[in-house]
Amino acid sequence: MQLVLDLIVPGILVGVSCYGMAKKVDVYDALLQGAAKGLEILLRILPALVTLLTVTAMLRASGALDLAAEALAPALRWLGIPPETVGLMVVRPISGSAALGVGSDLIAAYGPDSLIGRTAAIMLGSTETTFYTIAIYFGAAGIKKTRYAVPAALCADFAGFFFAALTARVFLG
Amino acid sequence: MAMTVIWTGMITLSLVCALAQGSQGLLANAALEGAASAIQLGISMAGVLCLWMGVMEVMDRAGLAAKLAKLLRPVLGRLFPDFAGDQGTMDTIAANVSANLLGLGNAATPLGMEAARRMSRRTPGVAGDSLCMLVVCNTASIQLIPTTVAAVRMAAGSQTPFDILPAVWVTSALSVLTGITAAKVLAKVWRN
Repeated sequence: MQLVLDLIVPGILVGVSCYGMAKKVDVYDALLQGAAKGLEILLRILPALVTLLTVTAMLRASGALDLAAEALAPALRWLGIPPETVGLMVVRPISGSAALGVGSDLIAAYGPDSLIGRTAAIMLGSTETTFYTIAIYFGAAGIKKTRYAVPAALCADFAGFFFAALTARVFLG
Repeated sequence: MAMTVIWTGMITLSLVCALAQGSQGLLANAALEGAASAIQLGISMAGVLCLWMGVMEVMDRAGLAAKLAKLLRPVLGRLFPDFAGDQGTMDTIAANVSANLLGLGNAATPLGMEAARRMSRRTPGVAGDSLCMLVVCNTASIQLIPTTVAAVRMAAGSQTPFDILPAVWVTSALSVLTGITAAKVLAKVWRN
């Protein structure tokens, strides 16, 4: 298991570069252009991160996050989900940058390799900004009657939160 | 506008809550430190983010997305039976799903919108079963390498920022399966 994990990153780097070369892609040029795109993405999300990390820090300091976590703790604990992640679960379907802000606050506060930090990371990595996606797809298609799309999509989100907590415990606990 | 409401609501909530609990003295520092930590986070995740965006660009140019799309066609035909005979729509869906798998969000979204537009031609204004399925597949994340999250973990000092990969894959797969099952069940029982 450890060997596989150790090899994921270098394996992907070497594998993709060799495959690209075999396909006659200018690999180095593509890497540079991709990196430039990465900087653009960073510039786009930074302003939102500033406001959202400000809000989360204020909510944490005020005790509001603890109150919400306490109120929902029995139900969440029964499901095996750490109550500390309640803020992340609330904002995840609504805003991608807000979820990134709340999630990175959790990861920094509890440590990236802690159970809560890992659960937050897996939640972020395995769910999407549901309402945003629904809005742009249905907007593009001119849909007024969305039928069961929202409840079905939220089922997927909830399953994602539940299994994120479960796999964090089973795979990495 | 939604974010305006969220921002204003949340900071008001934290002020009210802090006053009620007598912790208002901590609020000013928290706000300033929160803002400062955002820039620190951005700087320390920049390297990982740029490197992986580069790797994805190579994958894209090497035609990996097109190859994946070909592999996915048979499976997708079963998920979207109404459009299995419609070559153009199925190609768009396959391209959308494979772009999502490779984390090419900028490519996936326009493809998904195009597929949604094509599907809506049959039932204008109403989301048919296949369109609901497309939306569910796109609201569940199926990205193979969650770059941004790994960058955040790296920035927070993780020794092994990618050790969450197997857990993310299993969780994503189960989440997508749950969404697809929910969509299939709801398609049977949903009225109008």
